[in-house]
Amino acid sequence: MENMDYDKKLTKKAAKIRRDIVDIVYRSSAGHIGGSLSETDILVALYYKVMRVDPGNPDWPGRDRFILSKGHSIDAYYCVLADKGFFDKKELLTYSQFGSKFIGHPNRHIPGVEMNTGALGHGLSVGVGMALAGKMDKKDYRVFVLMGDGELAEGSVWEAAMAASFYQLDNLVGIVDRNGLQISGKTEEVMAIEPLEDKWRSFGWNVSVVDGHDIPALCEALSENRKVQSKPTLIIAETVKGKGISFMENNPKWHHGVMSPEEYKKACEELDRMMEVPL
Amino acid sequence: MNTIHNRQVVCETLMGLAKKDRDIVVLCSDSRGSASMKPFADQYPEQFIETGIAEQNIVGIAAGLAASGKKPFVASPACFLTARSAEQIKVDVSYSNTNVKLLGISAGISYGALGMSHHSLQDIALLRAIPNILIVVPADRFEAKLATEALVRHCGPGYMRLGRNPVEDVYASADYDFQLGKAITLRDGDSLSIITFGETVKIALDAAVLMANSGINCRVINMHTIKPLDEECIIKAARETGAIMTVEEHSVLSGFGAAVAEVVVQNCPVPMKIMGIPDEPAIPGKSKEVFAYYGISPENLCSEAEKLINKKRNGW
Repeated sequence: MENMDYDKKLTKKAAKIRRDIVDIVYRSSAGHIGGSLSETDILVALYYKVMRVDPGNPDWPGRDRFILSKGHSIDAYYCVLADKGFFDKKELLTYSQFGSKFIGHPNRHIPGVEMNTGALGHGLSVGVGMALAGKMDKKDYRVFVLMGDGELAEGSVWEAAMAASFYQLDNLVGIVDRNGLQISGKTEEVMAIEPLEDKWRSFGWNVSVVDGHDIPALCEALSENRKVQSKPTLIIAETVKGKGISFMENNPKWHHGVMSPEEYKKACEELDRMMEVPL
Repeated sequence: MNTIHNRQVVCETLMGLAKKDRDIVVLCSDSRGSASMKPFADQYPEQFIETGIAEQNIVGIAAGLAASGKKPFVASPACFLTARSAEQIKVDVSYSNTNVKLLGISAGISYGALGMSHHSLQDIALLRAIPNILIVVPADRFEAKLATEALVRHCGPGYMRLGRNPVEDVYASADYDFQLGKAITLRDGDSLSIITFGETVKIALDAAVLMANSGINCRVINMHTIKPLDEECIIKAARETGAIMTVEEHSVLSGFGAAVAEVVVQNCPVPMKIMGIPDEPAIPGKSKEVFAYYGISPENLCSEAEKLINKKRNGW
């Protein structure tokens, strides 16, 4: 019962994060809203249930590490970090403004951010390095790397995939935000990545496919219990780009679209309704 | 003639330090042989990581290790390490400010006969345009030792460029004051200055001896650290000698000569000559043959010096 309540709370939390995303994107006329909305539930599962982090001590050596390899989907990341208390939410008022440290991709000046990203196909290699260091130092932290599906066309992802299984990095978890769209259109029409499960499995990973908007299912898939000894874990999170806002869902236009005042109002109304779901 | 090559010295130095400092990690991309890192891999298997032939991955992994408190040294051929993984160097190392040391081995025209794919004559141009990366090139085995020790102490991104073959000694021992970013005047003079680094330091010194026979007093400066440049030393050389020649095992475009010229023209313009590899695929051959072909020999540097001094005295 307690768990069910918590799951509902997380669902509500995700709606609140989406509301924050819409606000900062509308205010700044910047950001990548589609991918931010598709990854929101993944971030909520990680930061509110799965990962060990201490917002008051972001560099705590025992923390789990998170790398946003799809660095452009920064809006959701900022909103989650702010909500968790890594920094004051008011600081996000400067998002994308001249001289702000809250730029359009993650950077290490932001408390809680582990690595500067933005160039695609880098995050998994960095995650391999962090996981290797954990093994060398016999620490039990885990490393989570969130990748986009369009990003998987980068060859460096597969260099890292090979190394992770070669070094038996069972402390490394890769997550693919499989929303099926990239800036030019459908991934399968731009550069096909299917059969995706088979690809990762053949690279030696422990693969599972999960509904990327089902927070309890995500928490379960990401939990340490699902780890397989000596294998890195890869979760294909099936998501909807623009999730939660009817007119944005599955429309590549909203990869980095900017809302009109009417669209903003409609988005807020839809999300406010989701937040009213009783516990 | 010295038969110990610089990369061997780097390996031995790291082995000596790695015993006490367990955070030192060496990474190779199927390059432990060519980087002379096999002894390190054998002695410290737990501080050694093999990535296979995957330069993008090796730099990303090194950045992840550094972000977790390790001190990674990536030893891989300079041509691939700097060009193939340029974006990882830019984002994961420079921009993320990770304590990654890149050891570019067999740099310049070391792999002479293997052709342009294996030459690295653009690495300085590329890396010096990326903020936050220290670039150091030792002139001989003694300096290789001191530079390696300094790099271990330096916390932040760094690139050390190493040739493949043993080079003649420039120094008598490693007992001298070596500081990153501080150039060393090896020979004083007031007729002109040759500013150089790495394997061409010895050629410049030999040229200065020849020049002395014809009454030219050539100052020879070993600019072992290319970034940050010792600007003060360059300006002083321009003021006191009135003419500057740079010599580099690198493309003459956007490289070391260009870096020195940026300082000279903005502070104390004097006639300059930039010697190096022209803007073309370098001719294949042994280092000495290739250098001589492009005029980097003691004899030719002498005649270039005479022309330069002429410009200094009589104008262009």
